Amino acid sequence: MGNKLETIDVNLYYGDFHALKGISMFISENSVTALIGPSGCGKSTYLRLFNRMNDLIPNTRIEGQVLLDGEDIYQIKPSKIDHLRRNVGMVFQKPNPFPKSIFENVAYGLRVNGITDKSFIGAQVEKTLRQAVLWEEVKDKLKKSAFELSGGQQQRLCIARALAIEPSVILMDEPASSLDPISTGKIEDLIFELKNLYTIIVVTHNMQQAGRVSDYTGFFYLGNLIEFDKTKKIFTNPSKPETENYITGRFG
Amino acid sequence: MTFPESNLRRKKLGQALMFGLARAISYGIVAILLLILFFIVKQGIGVVNWRFLTAMPENGMTQGGIFPAIVGTLYLVAGSMLFAFPVGVMAGIYVNEYAKEGPVKRFVKMMTNNLAGVPSIIFGLFGMALFVNELNFGASILAGSLTLGLLALPIVIRTTEEALKSVDDTFRQASYALGGSKLYTVRKVVLPIALPNILTGLILAVGRVSGETAPILFTVAAYFLPKLPGSVFDQCMALPYHLYVISTSGTQIEASRPMAYGTAFVLVVIVLIVNILATLLRNYFGKKVKMN
Amino acid sequence: MRLRRFTEPVFESLIKISGYSTGFIVLLIVIFLFKEGISFFNLSPVDEGSSLWVHNSNPVKKLTAPQIKDIFDQKITNWKALGGNDQPISLCTLDELGEAFTEEQLGAKFERLPACIDSYIDSLPGTIGFFPDKQTANALKNAQPVQVDKVSFSKFISGTEWFPTSRPAASMGVMPLLLGTLLVSFFAILFALPLGLAAAVYLAEIADERVRRILKPVIELLAGIPSVVYGFFGLVVIVPLVQSTFNLPVGETALAGSIVLAIMALPTIITVSEDALRTTPRAMKEASLALGASQWQTIRKVVVPYAASGITAAAILGIGRAIGETMAALMVTGNSAIMPRSLLQPVRTIPATIAAELGEAPFGGLHFKALFALGCILFIITLIINFLVERVSAKRVR
Repeated sequence: MGNKLETIDVNLYYGDFHALKGISMFISENSVTALIGPSGCGKSTYLRLFNRMNDLIPNTRIEGQVLLDGEDIYQIKPSKIDHLRRNVGMVFQKPNPFPKSIFENVAYGLRVNGITDKSFIGAQVEKTLRQAVLWEEVKDKLKKSAFELSGGQQQRLCIARALAIEPSVILMDEPASSLDPISTGKIEDLIFELKNLYTIIVVTHNMQQAGRVSDYTGFFYLGNLIEFDKTKKIFTNPSKPETENYITGRFG
Repeated sequence: MTFPESNLRRKKLGQALMFGLARAISYGIVAILLLILFFIVKQGIGVVNWRFLTAMPENGMTQGGIFPAIVGTLYLVAGSMLFAFPVGVMAGIYVNEYAKEGPVKRFVKMMTNNLAGVPSIIFGLFGMALFVNELNFGASILAGSLTLGLLALPIVIRTTEEALKSVDDTFRQASYALGGSKLYTVRKVVLPIALPNILTGLILAVGRVSGETAPILFTVAAYFLPKLPGSVFDQCMALPYHLYVISTSGTQIEASRPMAYGTAFVLVVIVLIVNILATLLRNYFGKKVKMN
Repeated sequence: MRLRRFTEPVFESLIKISGYSTGFIVLLIVIFLFKEGISFFNLSPVDEGSSLWVHNSNPVKKLTAPQIKDIFDQKITNWKALGGNDQPISLCTLDELGEAFTEEQLGAKFERLPACIDSYIDSLPGTIGFFPDKQTANALKNAQPVQVDKVSFSKFISGTEWFPTSRPAASMGVMPLLLGTLLVSFFAILFALPLGLAAAVYLAEIADERVRRILKPVIELLAGIPSVVYGFFGLVVIVPLVQSTFNLPVGETALAGSIVLAIMALPTIITVSEDALRTTPRAMKEASLALGASQWQTIRKVVVPYAASGITAAAILGIGRAIGETMAALMVTGNSAIMPRSLLQPVRTIPATIAAELGEAPFGGLHFKALFALGCILFIITLIINFLVERVSAKRVR
């Protein structure tokens, strides 16, 4: 497995605030990488580097290199940002379906990227809803508003929405933090399934979750990457005392 | 997956086009405002001088000044605020400090909204039926002021309510903790903090009242009255009504055009002053509260 | 201390009373408006203290107010048109009698007037007479009074003629005024909504903070300009512009009214829809951008649909403002109370009618009460609009 993503000495500033401090790290292809750490440690900010979502916040300054398949995504032309975002999907903390039907939510990414072939869109919507293990639950009400689904269903819809344009990387920002345990379990199973096809990065608060779903884990603290290793290693035999303290629940 | 590049180009072009359009429309709306202001200032500024502001209208209102209309509007503004300000502030206090969440509070707020949405001509009808006829004030400054006061009431209530809402609850709790009664807390703690914003509301209400025409048509406004009112039971002239009259009726509309431009200019200046004053007050006190 | 124990309850009850003041005022408005407005119905449209008479042989015994107007305007000149015999209609008032009879015949104090009327009508059986009741004293032998339908709610609402001062019978149909009001307001919103929405989108989503800080107060200033100044501006700028552009005999038209009211409705529409657009969660916009959507696609497909109910509320509020606007409408729409057929025609709105006519309507008379009935209609429209806005906005919270 090669390195899908890599950051080399990345620094990020929000105005005067130094949010990411010299982060270097690699993400291997078709694996799940978990980013853990206390609130405000920079893990979400780090995640948002990969689809240039931080660009939307005024007064943000970024130094260093962020490589996707070996290409620095901060050196590409502004007009190519759409291409990048098609290739790097994102799932957010709270389910945030659009004020549209279930079908149109999944079809959204296809439509905004210029695809008009109706039969293709229909097939793709079904395929991704099946991938997200939602098809059986919604196949009879595709025209209904997405807001009528339960929270867990909405989040799986949002995952399907991200899958529909066939990205190679999926970023997940605490995807289960607002869900009940059963829905959380379903999302975790889904992540496990999806890693055969996608490179996945998950930000999570939940240590057990990181242990269950991920292959690699990075521990962030105060804008620093304290430790990065195989998940098994981090959870059983961390090399840094800060990591051990956090994992055993002594702070955070 | 492959995406059709031609459609993507259209997407970029569409965005550029629509953003440009939205910007153009926004600036266009601002341009309309500036056009209105510029037009009235350009036509009116040559007319306005000391004599125009302090002389009686002469010669079928084609010459002279607008002194009685200015004085009348001042009386009406003062009279309406004398009613609307205390009642409105107390009502705002009631809604934000006293009324408990529930049907009563909802009803009171709904009625305030309804009153704010009532067209000004309805206030005119109502003022005529109640103040002029039923209470027998006749067409008078008293009747006109009360009618305008009713119209201004929702404005004062809403701004007071907003102002009180923005006062942090910790101030209230601190006062209660020291044994202050509810009224004492409102009077000595909450009101002083909220006062600048309440005054902003007062200024906005003054601006609104000084420009209203429909409510005073039948309750106070005099077509031509070249003397100052002697008591609250007299009629008076008023700026907005004067502008209406000299620009639409009479036999010498063309001859009185300069007077109309001058009157419109004075009205616009009042509106500008009111808005600038309100903004300054908000900014000045806004900073001061933050510093504490 | 003791003094405060006495004054506090007094102040607190004052505060409470003030709190209820708006409800009380709305109630008073309803009472005073509807008291006059409702008493308008079941009045006779014929001048008070007068009656219409026809010959005993005339089969037409009932007329409506518009028919009477047409008769006296000599638009209807034969009874056949009214379902009667084929005979020409001749009009007779005290003036005609004064010409037909000498003073001697009439009597010094008009005491022989009924006899004269009798003989006049008998000689011309096609006559319709209009006399004060005092003079006829109901003593006519050859003539019978014409029944005139009372003013009814349905006729008031559906009537297509507004001639409140015509004699002998006033026609008061609200249709031309209502349609005029709706026409002017509808087109005002049609002009203002796309422009206002574009400006709201620009302010909420596109403009950077610095530009917004300049544009926003300017638009608020637009809301502060008195309606009479807009009316004046419309009169000296927009009206001549409309007249020359469309080559019209007069520029005071529904179109001029719509343009001026559109400008006046802009601040309301912009402010309310901008607030609604701003409620779109950031995460929802980010989700759209993360799928490769452009900013404009995000606005069109996510932000605007999300704010749809708020934008609807803005449009309804704007219509409400336009419907209730008095002075600007009065000054630029030309004020002719005819059924509107095009935008390039003078029309008259309900508020403008009240403003223009109340000063001349005799206190407590038919016309006076009709104007209060118009006020009632306007008030009910306002209530409906407030209700709709509250319903639509409540939906947004869910």
